[in-house]
Amino acid sequence: MKNGLLNLVSPLIAFLLWEICSRTGVFDIRFFPPPSDVLVHLFTVSPEEGIITDISASLYRIFFGYSTGVSAGIALGIAIGLSNRVRVAFYPIIALLYPIPKIAILPLIMLIFGIGDLSKIVVVFIGSFFLVLINTVHGVASISKIHHQVGQVYRIPRRNFVWRIILPGSLPAIFTGLKLAIGYSLVIVVAAEFSGADAGIGYLIWQSWETFSILSMYAGIFVIGALGFIFTFGLEFIEKRLLPWVQK
Amino acid sequence: MNSGARIQAENLTKIFSTAKHDTTAFKDLDFEVHAGEFVCLLGPSGCGKSTVLSIMNGLEQPSAGKLTIQSNQQSREDIKIGMVFQENGLFPWMNLLQNIKFILDSQATPVSQDTEALSVHHLSQVGLSKFLHHYPHQLSGGMRQRASIARSFAVDPDLLLMDEPFVFLDYQTRLQIQQMLMKLWQDANKTVVFVTHDIEEAVLLADRIIVLTAHPGTIKTTLNVDLPRPRDFFALKKNDRFLELVQQASCLIQEELNELGD
Repeated sequence: MKNGLLNLVSPLIAFLLWEICSRTGVFDIRFFPPPSDVLVHLFTVSPEEGIITDISASLYRIFFGYSTGVSAGIALGIAIGLSNRVRVAFYPIIALLYPIPKIAILPLIMLIFGIGDLSKIVVVFIGSFFLVLINTVHGVASISKIHHQVGQVYRIPRRNFVWRIILPGSLPAIFTGLKLAIGYSLVIVVAAEFSGADAGIGYLIWQSWETFSILSMYAGIFVIGALGFIFTFGLEFIEKRLLPWVQK
Repeated sequence: MNSGARIQAENLTKIFSTAKHDTTAFKDLDFEVHAGEFVCLLGPSGCGKSTVLSIMNGLEQPSAGKLTIQSNQQSREDIKIGMVFQENGLFPWMNLLQNIKFILDSQATPVSQDTEALSVHHLSQVGLSKFLHHYPHQLSGGMRQRASIARSFAVDPDLLLMDEPFVFLDYQTRLQIQQMLMKLWQDANKTVVFVTHDIEEAVLLADRIIVLTAHPGTIKTTLNVDLPRPRDFFALKKNDRFLELVQQASCLIQEELNELGD
């Protein structure tokens, strides 16, 4: 992470401008409370209101949905990339299902899996699965023909070929998928928690809106932003560690 | 240590078929490569030189004719081939040491008890002992090709195939690596088939040059390079026989290029 703390500059400037506009009355303070008030609220009032439970509920759903979704996406993506049979069997149906907005099928998923954790996990699973799958397929396709030939000429056994050539060769594209999917998982989980949930950050935001608790609502939004920031930069950090050979 | 494979091509023909039309890469090639011999395939672009190598290493099948590769009573499946590509043959996600060790560890019959030590040995043979843990992108094109050569020798192949391995290198680097390759080859005594369109390179390296005609490729002639070894490029530059052979090969290639132009 070459830029280190520089990454914090643009968010901080945005907060500062917002703070000034709210304090000087440029913004209507009822809709745009100063961010410092939101932070104070987040660390003093929100824990009393049970924000920790909400955060853990959302993280739990993201964790299980995302980890299973990306694992399945990588596995099927590699299989599709390597085998024409698997591609013919699965790719058309994937091309058909991929563009359907996952939020559009939320009611259906709740119908099937109930309104508990499982339906949220399933929708996060589906969202991350497709994004990682599509990127993995592209990743396998991006491996140069020469590397396939080296594998053939030196008679690299199938197992080594997949684990040491195909998988690492696809990893840069897989990471693109992983980063897109983690952001998307946050979006989906919040949307899923808006309706039919008894805990979660989305639930918190929706409840706060209904009771016009603007500060609590902002607290929820801040938490989502912070999680997105941590997830994205966390993955970039891992990516740089894992892929020292990728030139940016 | 393998003494090298013998190759025999009989009426070897390759035709690439598409829906619209057939393209003959080369036809009716008859030639032999002896065990331990260094043979260059020389010809203008598009004469199918690289495709001949692809048939030798099993990536392509001939459309007609036969290619036999034999080595010490081994079956075709047991014959080991080392190959150096034009560029980027190394895996970018492995450092130099891993690039070679991975290939050695993946061989059906173990090459050595200690594949790491063997990899280090071969990398130091090509002057890369200080760069074992560098990734390919951190090195120059010349160093990457040296590592590719080290890898091809490391598997102790019966046959070494080189597909214009120095074509993307600058002149001085090329001279340096050619010299290095000749030394490695003389110490290891492998059969080498080396594809090039560089006339001086062919005369410098080869025992025998098979000159191919332009599209479609056929054998135009074979030149015996009766220059003593070890050869040194700068000394050869003043050698009359070397200049004569280069001249001779140049005329042959020029005829082919004129043919293409007409």
